[in-house]
Amino acid sequence: MAGLLQLLSSGLATGAIYALAATGFTLLWQASATVNFAQGEFVMLPAFFVLASMQLLGLSFGWSIVVGVALSIVVLGLLFKRLLVDPLSRYGFMPLVIATIALGLFIKEAVKTSFSAEALPFPALVPPIPVHMGDVTLSLQDISIFVFAVIAVAALQLFLTRTRTGRTMQATAQNRALAVILGVPVSRMILYTFLLNAALVSLASILVSPIYLAKFSNGESLGLIAFTAAIVGGFNQVRGAILGGFVVGIADNLTAAYISTEYRSALPLVLLIAIILFRPQGLLGRSEERTV
Amino acid sequence: MKKVAAVSIAMGLACVGFAAQAADPIKLADVCELSGGGAPVGNNWKNAIDMAVAEINAAGGVLGRPLEVTHLDTQTNPGVSRGVMQKALDDDPYIVLGPIYSSATMVDLALTQQAKVPEFTGGAAAGITKQDDPYIFRMALGQTATIPKVVNYLKDKMNVKTAALVWVNDDYGKDGRDAFTEEAKAKGIQLVSTISTEAAQVDFSADVIKLKDAKPDVVFVYTHEEESARFLKEARKENLQAAIFGDTTLLDPKVIALAGDAANGIRGHLSLSAGAPVDAIQDFVKKFQAKYNYVPDHNAIQGYMTIYTIKYLTTKIGKLDREAFAKAMHGLTITPKDEPGILMETSWDNTGDIDRASFIAEIDDGKQKIVETLPKLHH
Repeated sequence: MAGLLQLLSSGLATGAIYALAATGFTLLWQASATVNFAQGEFVMLPAFFVLASMQLLGLSFGWSIVVGVALSIVVLGLLFKRLLVDPLSRYGFMPLVIATIALGLFIKEAVKTSFSAEALPFPALVPPIPVHMGDVTLSLQDISIFVFAVIAVAALQLFLTRTRTGRTMQATAQNRALAVILGVPVSRMILYTFLLNAALVSLASILVSPIYLAKFSNGESLGLIAFTAAIVGGFNQVRGAILGGFVVGIADNLTAAYISTEYRSALPLVLLIAIILFRPQGLLGRSEERTV
Repeated sequence: MKKVAAVSIAMGLACVGFAAQAADPIKLADVCELSGGGAPVGNNWKNAIDMAVAEINAAGGVLGRPLEVTHLDTQTNPGVSRGVMQKALDDDPYIVLGPIYSSATMVDLALTQQAKVPEFTGGAAAGITKQDDPYIFRMALGQTATIPKVVNYLKDKMNVKTAALVWVNDDYGKDGRDAFTEEAKAKGIQLVSTISTEAAQVDFSADVIKLKDAKPDVVFVYTHEEESARFLKEARKENLQAAIFGDTTLLDPKVIALAGDAANGIRGHLSLSAGAPVDAIQDFVKKFQAKYNYVPDHNAIQGYMTIYTIKYLTTKIGKLDREAFAKAMHGLTITPKDEPGILMETSWDNTGDIDRASFIAEIDDGKQKIVETLPKLHH
């Protein structure tokens, strides 16, 4: 029982990272029909912005996070939209998909060339102190990852449902033509979505890099799993992506512990196939409707 | 007069031609892991090779000719490695250096054997020297040498009764798993959990939780550098109580740097170490640190030894003859008295397996501390 609780706790922490990245997938899809196959690299890059701020500018870890997140929002939000998505989106879905795959490769190679092909240590926000709860020993780091991610996702949901800007963003996602007629600044709303995605991947990067270490190739598996999580949960629903992230994270841990460590990496793909076969819209997704 | 001038010019040209031939470099091809998961080991190996080559060239080269090494990147991918090895062999090198990873070595060694080019590998998988290949030579102690030393130490010095094994699912890991399982059984150590991990794996939480459930006396970790660091961080995060023991890779300076405090308290067998109580190794470490500004790992020491092995034996043979070189390597012992660059007395047997003294170390406050020296297996 203690082992199961530890597996669930650890799975929730892993799932929280997947959920943050998967939510970003959903946001971009809803707002601009962009499937961002560079999302894994988007999660990898902010950690290197933070490290660069520490090493090149000599800033403290705290200030480096501020600089790193700000840089990520500019590069992965603003510039990504203006330089890649806007010019290509008029040519349809596929050119943009190919362009994001190319962008992912470019980011990966750029980090490898500018920093190192080797993994680098990344400071932890919370030290890896064990927390004893009866027979169960949980990790403070796992708990903190889960808490940070839940706060971020809850704040996002509140923003989208309780603020005027958030509701306007939803209206843009649901019916762009009508939103334009009603005077909604559609372009700005879409930009906000890209900035939100950049903020989410920055948080995921800062939370996961102390454990996974900062490495140029970290995005490869993260991107694939987050994409799968978004589909499992429902690609057109933020809450679906969140659920998908947690489902994949927990299922991954349980598979490794109780079924096979050798085949754990196949699990997300098995889930993906099962969902496509039996519930193509995802666990919480809807067949037609689009909402942010 | 015209005749004399013509003869003089002809002789002059001949001399220039001879000089150019005499100074032709001896080409060495280094095929190693410069990017990907194996980048830490590959770059250590490469830097030390460059250092040894520079030293030898500054002292006049080998047989009066400079060494010239070309580095080619396998990207830590055995498939890429095979293509890169073929490219290296197309350039007709005297000797091939690398790869370090056993999985890459296993797919490459047929090429060097076919081309009859001696190959020095950093791979430790037992299978490498079981291919009846007269051109393959180890620089790392093979698993047939290290695992018995490890299990003997666990049984006799740490009084271990139950063990768990964490191994990486590639040629290096599989051979290590097989060797450890066999030795543990022979020594009466019960293996309570065997966990397979993947190269480049980032999440070890489920693996560590399984180990906590198994409650072994010791966890023997047999993975590559970056994965070892991630495992140690996860073990610390999950408060794993069992002792953690490894072989060379686990105690690598890169692992210690990446794992930080999580590496403190682990123990392991080291085939070579920058902290080894050997004066020649300490001198090498100082030179390496002065040049590259970091502490070299065992791969760096092996890379350095490789170049001096080539220098020693080529000089001894007196010509560049790959076949004679390979023949002379079998049964060869080089002592620091014969060649100071070898750093420690080293022997190769008829299969290309290497034998050297080795060490048991503990990580204390982020540093390797040698606690015991183990003699050569066949001393």
